Amino acid sequence: MLEIKDLHVSVDGNEILHGVDLTVRAGEVHAIMGPNGSGKSTLAQVLAGHPSYEVTEGTIRYEGKDLAELDPEERAQAGVFLAFQYPVEIRGVTNAYFLRSALNAVRKARGQEELDPVDFLEVLDQKLKAIGWDDSLMQRPVNEGFSGGEKKRNEILQLAVLEPKLAILDETDSGLDIDALKTVAEAVNRLRSPDRAFVVVTHYQRLLNYIVPDVVHVLADGRIVKRGGKELALELEARGYDWLREPAAA
Amino acid sequence: MSPTLERWRADFETVAGNGAGGAPPWLRALREGAMARFAALGFPTTKQEEWRFTSVQPIAETVFALPHAPRADAPSARTIAALELCEARRHLVVFVNGRYSGALSSIAGLPVGVRVGSLAEAVRAEGDLVRRHLGTAAPAGERPFAALNTAFLLDGGFVHVPAGVHMEEPVQFLYLSVPGTAPIVSHPRSLVIVDAGARCAIVETYAAYGEGAYFTNAVSELVIGDGGRLDYYRIQREGDRAYHVATTASVQGRDSVYNAHPIALGGALARHDIHVVLNGENGYSLLNGLYILGGRQHADHHTTIDHAQPHCESHEYFNGVLDERAHGVFNGRIIVRPGAQRTDSKQTNNNLVLSEEARADSQPQLEIYADDVKCTHGATLGPIDEKAMFYLKSRGIAAAEARSLLTYGFGAEIIDRMEIAPLQAQLDRLVRHRLLGVGSRRP
Repeated sequence: MLEIKDLHVSVDGNEILHGVDLTVRAGEVHAIMGPNGSGKSTLAQVLAGHPSYEVTEGTIRYEGKDLAELDPEERAQAGVFLAFQYPVEIRGVTNAYFLRSALNAVRKARGQEELDPVDFLEVLDQKLKAIGWDDSLMQRPVNEGFSGGEKKRNEILQLAVLEPKLAILDETDSGLDIDALKTVAEAVNRLRSPDRAFVVVTHYQRLLNYIVPDVVHVLADGRIVKRGGKELALELEARGYDWLREPAAA
Repeated sequence: MSPTLERWRADFETVAGNGAGGAPPWLRALREGAMARFAALGFPTTKQEEWRFTSVQPIAETVFALPHAPRADAPSARTIAALELCEARRHLVVFVNGRYSGALSSIAGLPVGVRVGSLAEAVRAEGDLVRRHLGTAAPAGERPFAALNTAFLLDGGFVHVPAGVHMEEPVQFLYLSVPGTAPIVSHPRSLVIVDAGARCAIVETYAAYGEGAYFTNAVSELVIGDGGRLDYYRIQREGDRAYHVATTASVQGRDSVYNAHPIALGGALARHDIHVVLNGENGYSLLNGLYILGGRQHADHHTTIDHAQPHCESHEYFNGVLDERAHGVFNGRIIVRPGAQRTDSKQTNNNLVLSEEARADSQPQLEIYADDVKCTHGATLGPIDEKAMFYLKSRGIAAAEARSLLTYGFGAEIIDRMEIAPLQAQLDRLVRHRLLGVGSRRP
């Protein structure tokens, strides 16, 4: 589904990623771990098409397409979804209106009929039931005055509604207490399916107790320095990141 | 006296000698005093702090014809229908070029004791009540345009809600200008009296029928008694070549609520002064305003919230959307008088500036003479937020739609605070329509 080869990425002329390789197949969950400043969020943002991140070398292929050639909205329409670390507030636009606009944009691109408000509410209702949440955030402006937990929940709700094939979760666990973390993780687990892949970017192993990955990649100083199974996350939790940093390049 | 002032003085003599001649002596005296005041003040210039960003020179230089009788092709019920006013129209009072139109108005189903109609009629029928209140909330004082309005005061909307009466449906005042070949002027005057414990909503609309230059010089006085509540919606959608200068002045008693929703969409040059006096303890005021400007439109809002008594709360939200070469001005003055302890006041002014040539000026002006108060203010001005753009795009929404969604949000944020559902729907349509002209045009 996703094949990244020798990816170099720069921001304002500074190279952050120095040749990353990553292959993700449908149905898999990949964790990207690493210390602060390792380039984890850069990887997440570049997949979503953030305009500040420039691909200087290498390729990102998604379902056979060159992802770097697509605008952010085209990526989303093609089934790529990024759950933001810092979700953005949208003044005056209710969550329900925003979700319907997004879903209709994606549906239109897929050649499906757009939903009117009534039909949309039905879809929304089903999605909310499926992940076990209520509609309390729906009539509030997007992310405005939301608590940290509400913002992260809202990202996962968007994921549920838009039904992407590739979902990237950027530090979805940051700023969450253990109860909120469990709530979010349970919802993500219910959204796992054989056609959908997840890339879970996190600093801590904690989230991976609940969303169990198939592969763990360790990113340090802009390179993947180690790969392993889910037990690698536990080892990192116990030993930290320092032991992986310098020699791995060799 | 300058030629301009002489012209206005001559018009004043004409009006005083003609139609207004039948007025009671107190009203004639009020007009005379106001004319003298205007003659003393003259038109303001940009050298005056209050008028720094807004030149009224085009108004001073134009020769305006006196309000004439409606033309043969006067507006009809169909004209009114085409305006798509708020659907609640059982208490609709229509004025054409400043004069009451019985044919276009419909005033039905009023609660017992409530008076709704024309101010000219109220002067005849309940002169004492009108006399007690007229000119109290908006005295001519230092305001040349309010003085001019009072000097030429002929008619306007009148509402009196007696103590304890709650009106179910809003009262609508429609001030319709029908420009002719020569520029005309009207001086509409609203007077709304909400007695103790009474409740009422007013929707005041300014609009044009036909093309052409004209000048609306409006004053609205709103008197809210102890424990009363007034919801005041004001929709300024004047014609493209209109000058619109207005004062909305309110005085509130204790435990009263005043929610004002001024929306400015039209006019070439518009200036709106909003003056709120919290004159009793525990009062609440909301100013929830919006201006959407394009072309070379200029709109200036000057608001003053006067916390004259302790334990009052005021919230002020003004959003502006400015495109092309438009210029929006917001000046928010908050006065906390000595002794007005426990005042809680919040002011925000957010401007979305969509083009390089558009301009926004925003200034707060806090004058606090009490020590135990909470006052906050904040202003923003800038283009569309790139972070928000990326967020929307990352959800599949294309750039043009994302841009129009973010622009719409600036209006929706204000409209969402309104409480009359059919009016909200009407304004939502109006704002969307207006935003088709600005904001969403760019790729």
